[in-house]
Amino acid sequence: MELNSNIPEGPMAQKWSSHKTKIKLVNPANRRKYHVIIVGSGLAGASAAASLAEMGYQVSCFCYQDSPRRAHSIAAQGGINAAKNYQNDGDSVYRLFYDTVKGGDFRAREANVHRLAEVSVNIIDQMVAQGVPFAREYGGLLDNRSFGGAQVSRTFYARGQTGQQLLLGAYQQLSKQIGLGAVKMYNRHEMLELVLVDDDDGQKHAKGIITRNLVTGKIERWAADTVVLATGGYGNVFFLSTNAQGCNVTAAYRAYKKGAGFANPCYTQIHPTCIPVHGEQQSKLTLMSESLRNDGRIWAPKTKELAQKVRKGELKANDIAEEDRDYYLERKYPSFGNLAPRDISSRAAKEACDDGRGIASTGLGVYLDFRDAIKRLGKDVIAQRYGNLFDMYECITGDNPYEVPMMIFPAVHYTMGGLWVDYNLESNVPGLFVAGEANFSDHGANRLGASALMQGLADGYFVLPYTLGNYLGKQGIAKAGKISADHPAFDEAEKSVRDRIDKLLSIQGDESPRSFHQRLGKIMWDKCGMARDKQGLTEAIQEIQALRKEFWSRVKVLGEDGELNQELERAGRVADFLEFGELLCRDALMREESCGGHFRSEHQSMPEDPEVKAGLISEGEAKRDDENFAFAGVWEYMGDDVEPKLNKENLVYEEVHMATRSYK
Amino acid sequence: MKLHLKIWRQKNGEEAGKFVSYELPDVDEGSSFLEMLDIMNEQLVGKGEQPVAFDHDCREGICGMCSLVINGEAHGPQRATTACQLHMRHFKDGDTITIEPWRAKAFPVVKDLIVDRTAFDKVIQAGGFVTARTGSAQDANATPIPKPIADKAMDAAACIGCGACVAACPNGSAMLFTSAKAGHLNLLPQGQAEKDQRVMKMVSAMDDAGFGNCTNYGECQAVCPKEITLDFIAKMNRDYAVARVRNFFNHAC
Repeated sequence: MELNSNIPEGPMAQKWSSHKTKIKLVNPANRRKYHVIIVGSGLAGASAAASLAEMGYQVSCFCYQDSPRRAHSIAAQGGINAAKNYQNDGDSVYRLFYDTVKGGDFRAREANVHRLAEVSVNIIDQMVAQGVPFAREYGGLLDNRSFGGAQVSRTFYARGQTGQQLLLGAYQQLSKQIGLGAVKMYNRHEMLELVLVDDDDGQKHAKGIITRNLVTGKIERWAADTVVLATGGYGNVFFLSTNAQGCNVTAAYRAYKKGAGFANPCYTQIHPTCIPVHGEQQSKLTLMSESLRNDGRIWAPKTKELAQKVRKGELKANDIAEEDRDYYLERKYPSFGNLAPRDISSRAAKEACDDGRGIASTGLGVYLDFRDAIKRLGKDVIAQRYGNLFDMYECITGDNPYEVPMMIFPAVHYTMGGLWVDYNLESNVPGLFVAGEANFSDHGANRLGASALMQGLADGYFVLPYTLGNYLGKQGIAKAGKISADHPAFDEAEKSVRDRIDKLLSIQGDESPRSFHQRLGKIMWDKCGMARDKQGLTEAIQEIQALRKEFWSRVKVLGEDGELNQELERAGRVADFLEFGELLCRDALMREESCGGHFRSEHQSMPEDPEVKAGLISEGEAKRDDENFAFAGVWEYMGDDVEPKLNKENLVYEEVHMATRSYK
Repeated sequence: MKLHLKIWRQKNGEEAGKFVSYELPDVDEGSSFLEMLDIMNEQLVGKGEQPVAFDHDCREGICGMCSLVINGEAHGPQRATTACQLHMRHFKDGDTITIEPWRAKAFPVVKDLIVDRTAFDKVIQAGGFVTARTGSAQDANATPIPKPIADKAMDAAACIGCGACVAACPNGSAMLFTSAKAGHLNLLPQGQAEKDQRVMKMVSAMDDAGFGNCTNYGECQAVCPKEITLDFIAKMNRDYAVARVRNFFNHAC
């Protein structure tokens, strides 16, 4: 596998602008001759589809939901970062770039991150122009709040529904293009295969997809000049996550099986502030926005004895005296306090619970307390800032957070890993572009809050419209629209899709797809969750292999192919998760270090380490190994039940000095 | 808790549907309503019976995909709560619960509890946007927007497009949905240039899609999970009237 990151020459701050002046353009009259397929209609997919259609390309966009407006970007609550420095508090493109590289624990590609920081300012302009009702100050100018991992206020927000408002902005722009006929939108269509066609350059190029119409069951072929995957993350491999029920890895995994490299699958983000698990029947976990950490204080009881009393219901949180509370983030990370980055906050919560100081009936929870903020600012101010989040919490748990502290626990939330892409967001398969959470490039081993919305929109609005044109321009106008869906490559791809569906329906075993998914999730969470070790990962790989075998002999998929069949949809997604979960564990096993969201228990700071002795970091923090692991681990598919091959993209840091992350 | 469910089953859009009864012996009261349906479906699969198809995705009340009429109310008995955020602690042991799909001419049933809501997309495609080509925007702070106006626009923009308003309306009208989007954009300075065209085109698309007229029942406001108010319908009626008059005189001269 050849991994050329295609990072432009020149100083960091000028790479993107000089790249834009050098890449190929497609003449406006020729654009309509090219057909672009976009899979996914979230922030990245919708913004790319709308922008490319405005430029004149023919665009087809596919989503599995009943409308593009429902993509999971909609659920992001807290905000979107941009280096506007409207608060005059010292922000700049460089600071946002620096914070993101550091927050990503030095495992992101610097050049991509710098570009992200540069275009962040354009995103806010664009979204405001589209009528996104961001929060404003009384003077009418935009308001900001702070988020984890930053010491400036650069986060723009629309109450606790920023993702919704941004997605609806992009959806409306997309809708306009659909209404004009410039985008053909296919709702309730799921991509089940990527089609590669031999090109005269000797390589296979991505030239189409196979979909299943989720209403009629019809399998269809779609040919195009280029394919964009904007299909989101794979957090649902853990079964319980904050992802929507339909989020899946299928599109990305199909691309991987066709030769696209899958980078850093082990980088999964465990979000520190979710509502704790309540029982076996649970289907999803609900996030409470990180923005709550602006005013909420996180704590656990100081002693095991007190925690035990709380768990038994003998003691209420409000009855625990101030001196018996351990505000552990403020204690361990005084300069960032409750706004320490997500990976660090999550692990600190786990530590407290492992120590027997967890609350909630399961012992898996800590408090997020607004008592002091309400005392300081008044209930009205808190209600204005977080009203809808408080209502949501009460709706789910039955507790009123104005009166009793919230209970929170970390949950799988976002996946930094994804398909490998170069600087142009093109995968190693020519003509296959990957945008948003589905790619791996910008967040390294840990994503900072309010950066996912920024990345999705950056990719769709301000990167792909340039770099996709570069690919098409290089292909040349003679090739435009030349591949049709009658090409033999489509026959083969369609057949493999049909065979798989037939196989799933023919087994008629005795266990539902959901049950297999649940079992996979348990293995993943127990052995590849917040803390991982060699033994657990080795066991997990074996257990997943066995579970996969069992799935293919015992799964029971009711109903038929030619109808709306949610069991069949789930079975196909679970089948891919059962392969992908193993890949994730392999990556975690290979990465003999701790970084960001990937924590290997064998690699943590010890009391004798110089940084600990110097008071820079505490004992038990993630310990990176820059000498041996400063690379993106890119997996290459070698065949079913064959060990995949590891390829490496070495990460070089020109601007930001690699250092131990300290938030003390 | 033990529950008795009466659920609408319909194989597809062509065939007639009917209510079918199911017994659920053991439901955790901490479960959500949709988790209760998951459990029921798992039981059905175990018995080799077809599970009930229903739409759902985010399960946190924001995507707008879930669409159940529960005991005759769109999204069920809790105020300002989508079906996915409804929890079983609001029901009692031994309750009978009736579950139906949205019922409206413009939302045909696809299967069981799933309906087709593409009519909503059509309304947005007609004019529910501000034309702002990618890359053409001025600085975000160049136009200050008074906070009360931004807040009011946000109240309208909170709509999740679930369609409960249509399902609850005896006329199957989409006025609350359409007025929420028209109101959000028409309130903002960015939306002024297309204000008249927007409201006229959206109303016309709404009529074409087969939605009924508004006769001020107010059921839509009562069931809206995001508590969008009838004020926006009044505003849209005003905007529409002004747009028609302006349009008439523009054509007259």
